Amino acid sequence: MKRVYAKEEACVGCRLCEVHCIVAHSKYPDNIIKAFRKGNRPAARVFVEENKPVSFALQCRHCEDAPCTRACITGAMHRDYHSGAVINDEERCVGCWTCIIACPYGAIRRDESGKKVAAKCDLCSAKEGEPACVANCPNDALVFEERQ
Amino acid sequence: MGSQGGRARNWADGRGEGNMSLNYSTPEFIIERNNDRCIDCRVCVTQCANEAHIYDEEEDKVVSDDMKCINCHRCVVFCPTRALSVRKHPLEYRENASWSGHDINTIYKQAASGGILLAGMGTGKKYPIYWDHLLLNASQVTNPSIDPLREPMELKTFLGRKPETLKIENGRLAEKLPPQLELEVPIMFAAMSFGSISLNAHKSLARAAEEVGSFFNTGEGGLHRELSGYGKNTIVQVASGRFGVHSEYLNAGAAIEIKIGQGAKPGIGGHLPGEKVGPEVSLTRMIPLGSDAISPAPHHDIYSIEDLRQLIFSLKEATNYEKPVSVKIAAVHNVAAIASGIVRAGADIVTIDGFRGGSGATPLRTRDSVGIPIETALAAVDSRLRQEGIRNQASLVVSGSIRNSSDVVKAVALGADAVNIGTAALIALGCHMCQKCYTGKCNWGIATQDPNLTKRLNPDIGARRAANLLRAWGHEIKELIGGMGINALESLRGNRLMLRGIGLNEKELKILGIKAAGE
Repeated sequence: MKRVYAKEEACVGCRLCEVHCIVAHSKYPDNIIKAFRKGNRPAARVFVEENKPVSFALQCRHCEDAPCTRACITGAMHRDYHSGAVINDEERCVGCWTCIIACPYGAIRRDESGKKVAAKCDLCSAKEGEPACVANCPNDALVFEERQ
Repeated sequence: MGSQGGRARNWADGRGEGNMSLNYSTPEFIIERNNDRCIDCRVCVTQCANEAHIYDEEEDKVVSDDMKCINCHRCVVFCPTRALSVRKHPLEYRENASWSGHDINTIYKQAASGGILLAGMGTGKKYPIYWDHLLLNASQVTNPSIDPLREPMELKTFLGRKPETLKIENGRLAEKLPPQLELEVPIMFAAMSFGSISLNAHKSLARAAEEVGSFFNTGEGGLHRELSGYGKNTIVQVASGRFGVHSEYLNAGAAIEIKIGQGAKPGIGGHLPGEKVGPEVSLTRMIPLGSDAISPAPHHDIYSIEDLRQLIFSLKEATNYEKPVSVKIAAVHNVAAIASGIVRAGADIVTIDGFRGGSGATPLRTRDSVGIPIETALAAVDSRLRQEGIRNQASLVVSGSIRNSSDVVKAVALGADAVNIGTAALIALGCHMCQKCYTGKCNWGIATQDPNLTKRLNPDIGARRAANLLRAWGHEIKELIGGMGINALESLRGNRLMLRGIGLNEKELKILGIKAAGE
C-alpha cells in the first residue's frame, strides 16, 4: 500500500504539515483561518520530530501487523479492508489510550477537542489524492508512494 | 566576522558590537502582521534565521521584531494564511538632497564598529542600465521572420579558440580543432564557490547544467567529491588562493578558468570567514577546519601578461592541451587592451564580469563605485579584438546582471559568444535578493553553510527550477531571433545592426558601436 515517507535531508522543520493536518481534519478543511479560530481545533496527526539539524515529520506507519489494533479494547482501531490503512473508528473509540501505549512509533495522540478519542493519521482517507501533509510540504520532504 | 590571529580585516556588521552606549541603528523594514489572518501557527518563527519572529509563550502569540528583519520574504512565502507582509520602514530623516538615509546610516555603522562595510550581491545603485537603452530589430515585409515552433532553430554555441582557416579534405576537417565547449543554450552558470554557496546549490546548478547541456563553474572553492560525476558540465576555477586545486581537479572539468577579477570587487581578493569553513568546505578547499580562506587580491605569480601566459600554459600542460582555458576579469577602464593581452597570452575564452556582477561578500564602497558596465566593456573588447584581427582566437563570455533572455540576445548582438548568469540562477533557486549573503544566515539555504539552513534548498527542486530557467530563456531567445529572421544564433553574433540605441548620447552610441533608434 502507499504510505507517507519522510526525507529527513529535505525537512526544513517549518511544521506546515502539522498546520495542514489540523485543517484537513477540522470542520473547515477548505479554510485555514476558520479551522484554527472556530473552537475545538483537532490535534495534528503528524508530528515534526526535531533535534537540529535533524528533523522529519512522523505519522502512523500503518504497520502490517499493527500493535494498536490488537491492543484496542473496543475494536475501534482497525485495518481498513480496502485501503489497508489503519483507521480509528472514532464512534467506537472510548479514549482508553491503550493504543497509545502500544504504538512503537508514538504516532497516536490524545485528541480531547471533541469526544475524547485517539487521533492518528488516516492518510486523509476522507478525500482523494495525496494526504494534506504531503501535498503542502514546501520542500518535497514528504512523499506518498508504494515501497517494498 | 571571523578574525584569526588578527589577519582578517575589520568588518562593520552594523550591530554596534560590544558597545553598551546608545545604538543609533533603526529598523530598515517593518513586518506587518495581519492579525485577522494570523493563526499563531509559528511557521514564521521556525523559518526566520534572524529570529525576527518570536513566540510569546505567556500570551500564546507570535510577535515580530522589525529590527531583525532583512526582508528576505521567507516568512511571507511560508505563511499559510498570507498574514505577513514586509515593507520599507516609514521612518525618514529630514529630507536632504545630498545626505540620504543610507549615507547617514552607514556612518552610524562605521562609527559604532570602526570597520569596513560589507555588502552582498551586485550593486543596486542607480547607474544607467545600457541593456534597457538597446532595442532589437524585427523583420517586416522585406525579409521573412521565422516561427520557431514551425522551423528548426539553432542556439548551439561552441566556446574556444577557432582556427584562422578551416582545412577541408574530402568534405571532412583535415585538422583537429582546438578544444571547444559545446553549449545547447548560450547561457552558463557563473562561478560561485562552494563556501560562498551551499553544496545543495552547487548540486542544483550541476544537475541543471547537465540536463540542459551547459556548464556550471566551481568558483574558487574546489570541487566537492559528490560532484565529480558532473565533469563534462563543469568548469573548474583557479583563483589567487588556489583553494582545492590539484591535478585531479584540473582534469575533472571540461574547461579551466583562471579568475583574475570579479565585477563586484575589481582589484580585491576574497575572504571566506572561518565560521563557514566546516568539515566539507575544509576538505574541498584543502585548508584547516575553521580557518579563514583568504584569496589575495592579485595572483602572486601573475604581475604581467607574460606571467599570465605562463599560468595558462602550465594549466594546458597539466591537462594535455585537451581543455580550453578561460581567463575571467572584471570590467575596468582599460578592459579592451587587457583583453587583447589575455588573448595574446593564449586564453581560449575571455570572461568579463561587469560592475553590476554579484558577490557573496564585498566591501560596499568597492561594489558600488569600482568598474564599468558590462555593455560598454563588451562592445569595447569585441571591437578591439576585431580591429586587431584576433577575435577568432578566443570566445567572449560576459556576465554582470544578465536579467532575462533579451539581455542575452543583446549581449550576443554586441559581440558575446555566451553569457554567465549568477544572480539570475540563484533567484531561480529561491534567492529573494535580500543581499545579506555575507552574514551566512541565508534563509533560503543558498549562501550559507549552516546545516539547519542548507537543508532548505532541496537539490531535486533546485535542479528542476534552474534547468527550467535555461529552457525558458532558450525558447524566448528563439522567438526573438526568429522575429529578426535569423534561424541560428551564430548569425546574430556581433551583428550590431540588429541593435539601436535609445536615450543615449553620441559618445555612448559610438562606444557601443550602434546606431540610434530611427537611424
